[in-house]
Amino acid sequence: MWRGVLVLGLGFLWVPVLLLVGFAFSADRIPFQWGGFSLHWFAALATNERLVEAAWLSLRVASGSATLATLIGGVAGFALARWGAFAGRGLFGALIGAPLVLPEVVTALAMLLLFVTLEAAIGWPAGRGALTILLAHATLGAAYVAVVVQARLAGTERVLEEAAMDLGAGPLATFRTITLPLMAPALAAGWLLAFTLSFDDLVIASFVSGPAGTTLPVLVFSALRLGLTPEINALGAVILALAGLCVALAALLLRARWLEGGGEGG
Amino acid sequence: MPPLLLEARGLRRSYGAAVALEALDLAILPGEFFALLGGSGSGKSTLLRLIAGLEAPDGGTLLLEGRDITRDPPWARPVHMMFQSYALFPHMSVAENIGYGLRRAGVAKAEQARRVAEVLALVKLEGFAARRPHQISGGQKQRVALARSLVMRPKLLLLDEPLAALDAGLREQTGFELRALQRATGAAFVMVTHDQGEALALADRVAVLEGGRLMQVGSPEAVYARPSSAFVARFLGAANIVEAACLSLAAAEPGAAAYALRPERIRLTPGGEAIGANAAIGQVREAAFRGDATLFVVALDGGGELRVMVPADDPMPAMGERVALAWDPDDLVPLAA
Repeated sequence: MWRGVLVLGLGFLWVPVLLLVGFAFSADRIPFQWGGFSLHWFAALATNERLVEAAWLSLRVASGSATLATLIGGVAGFALARWGAFAGRGLFGALIGAPLVLPEVVTALAMLLLFVTLEAAIGWPAGRGALTILLAHATLGAAYVAVVVQARLAGTERVLEEAAMDLGAGPLATFRTITLPLMAPALAAGWLLAFTLSFDDLVIASFVSGPAGTTLPVLVFSALRLGLTPEINALGAVILALAGLCVALAALLLRARWLEGGGEGG
Repeated sequence: MPPLLLEARGLRRSYGAAVALEALDLAILPGEFFALLGGSGSGKSTLLRLIAGLEAPDGGTLLLEGRDITRDPPWARPVHMMFQSYALFPHMSVAENIGYGLRRAGVAKAEQARRVAEVLALVKLEGFAARRPHQISGGQKQRVALARSLVMRPKLLLLDEPLAALDAGLREQTGFELRALQRATGAAFVMVTHDQGEALALADRVAVLEGGRLMQVGSPEAVYARPSSAFVARFLGAANIVEAACLSLAAAEPGAAAYALRPERIRLTPGGEAIGANAAIGQVREAAFRGDATLFVVALDGGGELRVMVPADDPMPAMGERVALAWDPDDLVPLAA
């Protein structure tokens, strides 16, 4: 009986994904009709310039915004966890975390208004495209990174930093040799989170992008209105394979660190 | 008078309305093992953190070999601390942990390796250099923490409850090792502890702290035998506190309102009737077997009770039996109010 429940649960999660991967190998023109095995759509995908361009843009925007978010969010999380009860700490924490609970549509609209106003006022950012999407995504991602980093630092003892100072490390050396290595797993996790957030975001990207900034989700969504082709299935399969590869690689790296007896891991 | 290693003058520290240290004066001699003994909230840990520089005093001065270090940050003080939780860096091996301070000081690589190996041998952890902190036992962690401080060759080493996190069985042995290390390195050790047995067994001098003030400083023998106040007498083990008004007392130094009287100093005679100064009659109410002796609680006829330690070889009274108690005038230790 439990086995049945397990199969049902796993099926609920994975059948749609497997269907998508399966139909990616279908020869038929209709994306949800089986027409025999074929790699045709993968070849078509590689030659579809608009899709490849959008995927490339998404990758660049996602990695750029994740990096910016990690910088901003890392510093904010550090301040929240380590600077004690500074004036306005509660308000600061609430302001940092607000994007987590704001509806995406509201964030997106606010961002659009800001960019339009800024352009009118100081001429920057000129037009809307990759840069505005990157900035908007970094804002949202920074909130996630700050939360992850703060939680990690709250869990590691202040006494480690005190011990370092006691052994002759100034504030900078203490940060570089103790705090930063202890924060590193949280920073990496935060970066990945921000990357994913940006890579699959549709709402914010559609608001703040112009004709020059069509990310992959925006392109796929507009393709849905024009009529889907099995190329989208093939694209999904490729992204899935890449994501699986990344997860496997990360797991391998963590395992290797444990085998050599390394660090505290997650 | 020998030169002082560390001197605290009028050290004050409070947290909001709570006073942790109240105008404290203290002197540490070079190469001594000094114990700061006190309960929780006595200010002993605050004092240690002030000496290490991890907190700044509200007032007062700290002198190290005559130099004012009150405003020096912790990384500029030639004083090192062993933390109660050991505070080993989880992302470094044992050798990297121990070498941390040497790297910060810019010691040459070869010299670093030599000194790390030397101190690993000192704490008997050869062969553990490549381990990570989570791969070694609690006792080994304690020795790594000790080695990490000792490798800096401090003149003054601060130890925050160094034995508290160890199993009871390991504590005595580790205490002796600590003592031996202190002698071998010639550094002054200042240890914070709440365990009076630990303080009396290990230290050259003991300071008893209460409510942010020093109650008494002296050798373990002196503090144990001649406590200056009722608090110290109680804290250093279950002494009887007797008030002059309650019993007929004739002390060698009369005049105090209360005296400390150690249970092992009282002679107990079953069924006796002796009466006079420095004697009392009562009834045995409780008995606790302690191995080499038995502790009796005797309810006195005149009110109150005394605890009496009877060595295992002496005749034992039965529960409820009437007994006579007597002691020497010298054993009455006058206490300040």
